[in-house]
Amino acid sequence: MDNINMNNTRTDKVMEVNNLSKVYGRGCSFCFETTGPQYNTNICAHCGSVVAAHNVSFDLYKGEILGIMGESGSGKSTAVKCLYFDQEPSSGSALFSDDEKQYELFKMNSAQQRHLANHRFGMVYQNPHQGLNFDISAGGNIAERLLMSEVDNYSAIRARATELLSRTEVLPERMDELPKNFSGGMQQRVQISKALAINPPLLFLDEVTTGLDLSVQAAILDLILEIQHEQQTAMIVVTHDLGVIRLLAGRTLVMKYGRVIESGLTDQILEDPQHAYTQRLVASAL
Amino acid sequence: MSTAYPFGFLDEYAKKEIRRTTLKAVAIPGYQVPYSSREMPMGRGFGTGGLQLTLALIGEDETLKVIDQGSDDSVNAVNLRSFIEMTCAGINTTTKTEQADLIQSRHRIPEKVLREDQMLILQVPYPDPLVVVEPSEDKRKVLHGEADYSRLLVKLYEDIVKFNEITISHRYPTRINNHYVIDSSPIPRWDVPKLHQSKALVLFGAGREKKIYAVPPYTKAEPLAFEDVPFRIENFTDNNGQRRSCQRCDCTTSFLDEFIDSKTGEKVYQCSDTDWCNSQINLKQSNQSVTISEKVSEVAEVSHG
Repeated sequence: MDNINMNNTRTDKVMEVNNLSKVYGRGCSFCFETTGPQYNTNICAHCGSVVAAHNVSFDLYKGEILGIMGESGSGKSTAVKCLYFDQEPSSGSALFSDDEKQYELFKMNSAQQRHLANHRFGMVYQNPHQGLNFDISAGGNIAERLLMSEVDNYSAIRARATELLSRTEVLPERMDELPKNFSGGMQQRVQISKALAINPPLLFLDEVTTGLDLSVQAAILDLILEIQHEQQTAMIVVTHDLGVIRLLAGRTLVMKYGRVIESGLTDQILEDPQHAYTQRLVASAL
Repeated sequence: MSTAYPFGFLDEYAKKEIRRTTLKAVAIPGYQVPYSSREMPMGRGFGTGGLQLTLALIGEDETLKVIDQGSDDSVNAVNLRSFIEMTCAGINTTTKTEQADLIQSRHRIPEKVLREDQMLILQVPYPDPLVVVEPSEDKRKVLHGEADYSRLLVKLYEDIVKFNEITISHRYPTRINNHYVIDSSPIPRWDVPKLHQSKALVLFGAGREKKIYAVPPYTKAEPLAFEDVPFRIENFTDNNGQRRSCQRCDCTTSFLDEFIDSKTGEKVYQCSDTDWCNSQINLKQSNQSVTISEKVSEVAEVSHG
């Protein structure tokens, strides 16, 4: 962690997260003492609350992709959902910097939070059903995102949707079809188009390639890398797939039972894992 | 009846609550104010919201007009009017728009422009425009609070994609005073622009859904639309590009109803607002009689000369 903190002099920090915690249940004073990797559980023995994430801290810089890796239930999605305001954290802070303005994410009211998420964040979920409305056309889904950020010109919306869909290699001729007619990979591309509609400086990707076949996975990952290069979008990639982490992420956090057990440069973590869990994880994948 | 029920059928507490709700609705233009809709001696959905507003707001010596589908003589209008006459001793009723202090209506706003001293009460079946895009009332309240109507605009977008135009015929979502979007009740698109900067107070009562909202006088009312696909009202042009006219009064500026002539089987068009239609006929007749009397006097002058 120390070598990461040395980067504090950089001016292009997008997000700074400090001690983010999320507890499901009423919580007690023993919650954090009796859970975690060393106890092999995230359920508090005293009150039965689930400690989904505790003391998650990291920095994210412009154009950087940060990977969050861990088994299911390790709290990686919870951390991202808190940052996208899908869930409310129990404690912690997150500072988002944008155009020399800074936003203390968890001190804003819910209207301000939604406004910020609508205008500056993008989210791609594992399941397209979460990110897309299947009752409206692919173009309509992208339009919704644009309309949320006050673009109210019909032809401008059409032009932008066409541009985004061709960028993500969905045939623009199929723009007016319902997403349910599309294959899983195409649905995911539409979801990415929707997330990119407003050129967000920060993009969250939650298990975007899980459940897709290998060639489609490769194409989606290529697309994500291209977007990173073109737009300098900062991204947080949540996955349990080491291949995805290796390909995308510059730096990685490894989580288990709600705690960050290891963090650093991705190469370092994959080549020279320090924590026993990470070692097992890397070994099992190779 | 008058011995068993107080003036206006409702008890004083009920009337007070409705008046207080109305004041709040006027103070927050377009906001749906909840109220405890009372049981009325007719089924909910038959205009109980509008009826309760009328009963709470009408006073002795005031004049009421009740219309349904633009007509004073349809069953619902006649029944509502006679109920109010029975329970409000000392009020007058009329079919003439210009004579009315209060106008209760459901499907139409009268063609004749309303004045500052008049009040329009609309019966509303579905008060919330967001109900078509968000089933949870909890979430709808948040969307209203934040003026987030992007999903309604997506619906308009989908309409244009599919049909090349916005196909909403009535209940057109309309933004009031730059914030709240209201369901404009089942009035046709034709009547929506009449809400904008209206001189008369327009009140909306939804009895079944227990909501009252208002468009106060001189308030902005903008139908939702896109910058480059503007809102438009119904056009009544025939295949030759001619504006259709009312078969009774020949008016070419009113909202027309289409129906099939039972004898000839042809489509015919007639003013939907019967009072407007009648007044146009009267106007024409008096104009004719004026021209006749002018001609008579001209002839007289000539013969004198």
